[in-house]
Amino acid sequence: MNHSRRNLVLNALSLAALFSVLYLFKRYGTEYQVRILNNMGIFITMAVSYNLVNGVCGLLHLGPNAFITIGAYTSALLTMSPAEKQMSFIIEPLIWPLSVVQAPFVVSLLAGGVTATLFAFLISFPVLRVRGDYLAIVTLGFGEVVRVMCNALQSVTNGPLGIKGLTPYTDLWWSWGVAVFSIIAITKLINSSYGRAMKAIREDEIAAKAMGIDPFKHLMLAFLVSAFFGGIAGGLLAHLITTISPTLFTFFLTFNLLIIIVVGGLGSTTGAVIGAVLFTWGGEALRVVESPMDFGLFVIPGIPGMRMVIFSVILMAVIIFARRGIMGRNEFSWDALFRRLRLSGR
Amino acid sequence: MTLTIFSQQLINAVSLGSLYALVAIGYTMVYGILRLINFAHGDLLMVSSYAAIYGITIFMLPWYVSFPLAMVFTGVVGILLDRAAYKPLRDAPRISLLISAIGASFLLENLALVIIGGIPKAFPRPDMFARVITVLGVRIQVLTLYIPTLTLILLFGLLFIVYRTKTGKAMRAASKDFETTRLMGINLDRIIAVTFLLGSTLAGAGGIMWAMKYPQVNPFMGVIPGLKAFIAAVLGGIGNIIGAVIGGFLLGLGEILLVALFPGMAQFRDAFSFVILILVLLFRPTGIMGEPITDKT
Repeated sequence: MNHSRRNLVLNALSLAALFSVLYLFKRYGTEYQVRILNNMGIFITMAVSYNLVNGVCGLLHLGPNAFITIGAYTSALLTMSPAEKQMSFIIEPLIWPLSVVQAPFVVSLLAGGVTATLFAFLISFPVLRVRGDYLAIVTLGFGEVVRVMCNALQSVTNGPLGIKGLTPYTDLWWSWGVAVFSIIAITKLINSSYGRAMKAIREDEIAAKAMGIDPFKHLMLAFLVSAFFGGIAGGLLAHLITTISPTLFTFFLTFNLLIIIVVGGLGSTTGAVIGAVLFTWGGEALRVVESPMDFGLFVIPGIPGMRMVIFSVILMAVIIFARRGIMGRNEFSWDALFRRLRLSGR
Repeated sequence: MTLTIFSQQLINAVSLGSLYALVAIGYTMVYGILRLINFAHGDLLMVSSYAAIYGITIFMLPWYVSFPLAMVFTGVVGILLDRAAYKPLRDAPRISLLISAIGASFLLENLALVIIGGIPKAFPRPDMFARVITVLGVRIQVLTLYIPTLTLILLFGLLFIVYRTKTGKAMRAASKDFETTRLMGINLDRIIAVTFLLGSTLAGAGGIMWAMKYPQVNPFMGVIPGLKAFIAAVLGGIGNIIGAVIGGFLLGLGEILLVALFPGMAQFRDAFSFVILILVLLFRPTGIMGEPITDKT
């Protein structure tokens, strides 16, 4: 059996294993466990797509929350029935075409992704003209603009009231199905000639340009693909928590994604997945520090907000002491795993 | 719009603009030397406002002692910030430094949230700043006159340090070429520490002024002024002190004009500044006073 065929079989087997674990949790797991797993899947999609711009292309993009917001609102507005919309938009009615359309969940997710991509296309012209810190601030600014718009455009987003009572369509199959699909799609992209060009731009843009690579075209491609999956993840998130409002998608969300990809290793898809899993699981485990602890003799009161302090310290510690994160820029591969197993077996 | 209202708005604009300028100067100084956007700069405003509050309420200091002490305290926090978050990354890629700065900003905010709590505190504004005087029918709160005055005094003090002292000369040299400056036998770590001290002290002054203008202090109060000051710094040409002042005034003027001319647009004020930022970067990426960017790696 040659290597590529062996890898294909192993991939299929591990996918089957993943989905049987998910099946078991769906069947026997508690609601809390299922919720965490759902979050994990969504965060994997977000982190892997965010990593495409930040890690692979080396652009510090601080506005993925904007695309997640756009995807969430688009998909939420599409799955609600006209009657429900009339009920929730109390202060100002929803504008015309949106108030009557209704679409199935799949269509709404895709529409969320496409709308996010559309906005990414429009914003990419000013954004991709600058690099480095300026790019960080411009994308951060775009995220803020989207948030302000969500608050202000009441006839589209219902303003600060947000949209309530969405049908909880997102289940384990959706969140993990999209996660697996986005990993496959983005890995394919990274391993294609486009992906290699993106890495070349990350390492040295001027040299890449001299080799005939068009930086704008490739960065735009990464930006759009990233926004597309961000938008879909936003739609999934909206239909998981069933209530969305502008406060949900602040810079805080971007900060979390940044922690995930930095801890996992900037530029590594495997790292992004590991980071997302660790973050979702660790975030729940760390709730301990926010709830009171009873040692029998004395009680330590819970400290609200302590989790965020710990997260910020982790981010700074990783970037200062272990700059490469868990995976560095390496990816998981079956070949490397077998080589290592054989070495240790000897 | 009558002349009275117009002059009223103009005074407001000058006051707001000088506040932005005060904070933007600190941004620009740090950027000029380290080529780093100090994300945590805005949070130093918050640190200094709380320090000023505690000076007055817990240590029972009169305001004219508490405020300068709070500024100095903020300066020291700035130096510590550099030591903890930026110094270990001097030779690292710029992206690591920026991520560290974002982490530092979140750390300060959430540390304040844990220690102080999220409930907004009222700022004890001394009565002499709250007085209202009437000049030619224009009602002016005295504070709106004190802010630009203070900005000008601090600006001239800073310009004196930067252009007339040896340390200032070393700072200017470091902002031109880091490596050569080091080769000339200048202790760069000391220069960077002085830069952080000066920039953060100015942020401290800005924080106190901000808290007097909007007398409600909470752990996240520094985010918006920080972003506005950054935009002001870019507008004027980042790295340039005079540019930061001009940028601050222009941004203040623009925002007040927007609200005055189109009252319906008031809620878009924060978005407006970012649109300005994007436009400036599109048409004049180095700002009004900026020199062409030489890439310093």
